[in-house]
Amino acid sequence: MKAVMTRRGTRANLVVRGARVIDPAQGLDSVIDVVVEKGRITAVGKKAGKAAGLEVLDAAGCLLLPGFVDLQTHLRAPGREDEEDIASGTAAAAAGGYVAVTAMANTDPVVDTAAVLEAQLEAAEKEAAVRVTFTGSITRGLAGERLSEIWDMADAGAVAFSDDGRPVESGALLRAAFQAAQLVQRPLFLHCEDASLAAAGQMHEGTVSAALGLEGIPACAETAAVARDLEIAAYEGARVHVLHVSCAGSLAAVAAARARGAEVTCEVTPHHLVLDHQAVRSLDACTKMNPPLRSEEDRRALVAALADGGIDCIGTDHAPHAPQEKEVPFEEAPFGVIGLETAFPVLYTELVAGGDLPLEVLVRAMSTNPARVLGLTPPAVAEGAEADLCLVDISGEYAIEPERFRSRSRNTAFAGRKVKGRILLTLAGGREAFRDERFGEGGS
Amino acid sequence: MNKDLLSIDDLSREEMESILATARKDFLDLSRRDIKKVPTLRGRTIIDLFYEKSTRTSTSFELAGKRLSADVINVKADSSAVGKGESLKDTVLTLNAYAPDIIVIRHPHVGAPAFIARYTDAHVINAGDGKGGHPTQCLLDIFSLQREYGELQGLKVAIVGDILHSRVARSNIAGFRKMGMEVTLVAPPALLPRGVETLGARVSHTLDVLDDVDVVYLLRMQKERHGSTILVPSLREYIARYCVGRRHLKRGQKVLHPGPINRGVEIEAELADSGENLILQQVEAGLAVRMAIMYRIIVDAAALQDTAGARAVQAVAD
Amino acid sequence: MPADQVGRTIVRIAHEILEKTEELDRLALVGILTRGAYLARRLADHIGEFAGREVPVGELDISLYRDDVAARGSLTVRSKLTQPEVRGTNLPFDVDEKIVILVDDVLFTGRTIRAAIDALFDYGRPARIQLAVLVDRGHRELPIRPDFVGKNLPTSQDERINVRLREVDGVDEVVLEAVRDE
Repeated sequence: MKAVMTRRGTRANLVVRGARVIDPAQGLDSVIDVVVEKGRITAVGKKAGKAAGLEVLDAAGCLLLPGFVDLQTHLRAPGREDEEDIASGTAAAAAGGYVAVTAMANTDPVVDTAAVLEAQLEAAEKEAAVRVTFTGSITRGLAGERLSEIWDMADAGAVAFSDDGRPVESGALLRAAFQAAQLVQRPLFLHCEDASLAAAGQMHEGTVSAALGLEGIPACAETAAVARDLEIAAYEGARVHVLHVSCAGSLAAVAAARARGAEVTCEVTPHHLVLDHQAVRSLDACTKMNPPLRSEEDRRALVAALADGGIDCIGTDHAPHAPQEKEVPFEEAPFGVIGLETAFPVLYTELVAGGDLPLEVLVRAMSTNPARVLGLTPPAVAEGAEADLCLVDISGEYAIEPERFRSRSRNTAFAGRKVKGRILLTLAGGREAFRDERFGEGGS
Repeated sequence: MNKDLLSIDDLSREEMESILATARKDFLDLSRRDIKKVPTLRGRTIIDLFYEKSTRTSTSFELAGKRLSADVINVKADSSAVGKGESLKDTVLTLNAYAPDIIVIRHPHVGAPAFIARYTDAHVINAGDGKGGHPTQCLLDIFSLQREYGELQGLKVAIVGDILHSRVARSNIAGFRKMGMEVTLVAPPALLPRGVETLGARVSHTLDVLDDVDVVYLLRMQKERHGSTILVPSLREYIARYCVGRRHLKRGQKVLHPGPINRGVEIEAELADSGENLILQQVEAGLAVRMAIMYRIIVDAAALQDTAGARAVQAVAD
Repeated sequence: MPADQVGRTIVRIAHEILEKTEELDRLALVGILTRGAYLARRLADHIGEFAGREVPVGELDISLYRDDVAARGSLTVRSKLTQPEVRGTNLPFDVDEKIVILVDDVLFTGRTIRAAIDALFDYGRPARIQLAVLVDRGHRELPIRPDFVGKNLPTSQDERINVRLREVDGVDEVVLEAVRDE
């Protein structure tokens, strides 16, 4: 599978000493040293790395993890470079411990032909700080009327196809898309939503929408669409990845489809795991996203499903918006929040530290599993592997400060939140993609 | 009162009673004088910022401000820079540069009053925010009910009609309950917001419950907010089941309506013209209550800030 | 000033008003709320008794006409408006062409009287306005002088005059107190 490798930065030469190294795929969880030479992991073990010329990082009390992989990132370029571009979006990814991100196709122009995709790949080659994989759109211009160049885009390197944000309304067209994607063995990434049920909804339909007077998006707008889309996928025997599930009912539909043998993966966003619709009472436009923040019962069901494997992956749905677009009354604001730079610290603090989720499950959901969905070799802490690693300080608490983000946008739902799990260092594709300024000098 | 009146939830029962007492004592009889003006807010500037078409509320606020001797500027969305793409934030920052004392805002979106309060030093009064709330309407309705019934504790009211699209219903459920009233909502399921029962009102789908209430509060069928969605099988069928006429009422029951009314849709014409409704009393109350709100929002704030004022009170109040 | 002296003073003022008013049929008393209103009522009763005819009496609430906004706010905050006995302006007669005697308990800066005159003019055009006060404590800030005075009590700025009336306070008395700095 084609993925763009960054050419920025030199290949890393360093020793990470004394970190707790976790790689669930290798069954690894111990305090050991890891040596990286010329961008490759050359040794994993006690007292490894005596070779000269290597920078030694004292990482006692830190976690060294396989780097994270995001399945849903809006890089906004081309079209809205004021909000994000490939350079800023991948810098944000690196700052969040990500070594690869998946760009969504809803740019301007939409990625619906091989020509547009090739231009994107070329731009990423020059600008990206971490690996970028691209999705192509399912339909031309996301209009839901006729199929994009699915085969040509697959040949050019598209890892999956998605009309994210603009669910394919026509069942017949969706069926044709599954059939087309099967030929090139790519999954469809589906934003499952019945647009007529969601209508002009602004938030989860429930007690809070009733109190605020905001139009609701009923949970059934999602569950009905998940059920339909998976029914068509199962009928075609097609691979499907359900983007950002938000409610308990969708989990049941996914489980039912799996029970019947359908090849279904699904993801959940950090904000749906941590926040519920009560947050919207603030009418802060950074609590507005689609799917919306659901009820507390839904949130608990999502956490439980992540823990027991019902949900495979974390996807950030990193959706940058310019300040002026969010500094408006709630109903005027666009949906979406950014998430790359806050995903791990927020989830580690709220779920792992709180005892609701084992750390290795979170690591799998942020790294191994999404890499498999994309058909990439999962990042691994193993001798001979390319260094796709992140180093995390879990000792000190800090406040999330949007003004420090690498992202060009600031629309986070977690501004000011106190978290643990600061990313100190990210090695992506063997190169140093990010280093926290408080963690020693820059790379060699 | 607080700095702003954004929601009926901003007011305690005591504060509501106090504002309504001011309206009764100081402003209700003003309309009966030849000189219908007091110098109370002389030199103050009030900006009425209306982003939705409104006749009665904007007239009421404008007249209230003028009768308090304030300078009142009306900014209508269609005549302002809004049409040129200016954001609400920038409009308010611009207006704030004129140092207004009060900004009254009517806006099609929930939370717009709270939003602009972040960008202005003026007192902000919510004159209706989308389907969110309409606190001054709630206060004038309570005022009208107090004049008719005196004590409201235990009074039973049915709110009938298009509750889904009604900011008035939302404010009034909260306000009526705060005054100790029992609220029943009457509408077909599609015109009730999901989860509305958690707001503390009973729900009924038929007019039968009118037998058990003291007051009937009718809401306008907001056809303009229904968009393309079809929420009732037909207007004819809705009228047959939910339009209230004199035949639905028993002796002593009074009918309120925030206006404007749709004769023959939610209220039968004969009832609209009868003495059983308090619609015009509500309009009269609206003026007195809005004067009281604007007066109190200024003087209460001044009193809280001004310790010299507090000392002056020591001298004159004892 | 003890109770009997307060009573005698009111009677004396009633006599003076009667003496100095030629057209009794145009006389009306208007008390400034709260204590001025009770004084006006008593004066009207006495005058009615002496003259053998009823004198119209009204009450004036000047809070909307005060020139100090903060004090107005404090008053509304402090005077528990939820209580039904709180009264507003009540002038049960036509003010036009009347000889109006404004009545208040204490005359101090004169600002209250200025506000009362303004308020009165919003109800009509009296032929003449005169002023009757129980106590004049001096320190005028406006060119206003009383036509009928119960007692001149020279005070310093940091003293306070407390007038108590039996209708509200259960006792008639006028007390001079030093104001403690808080």
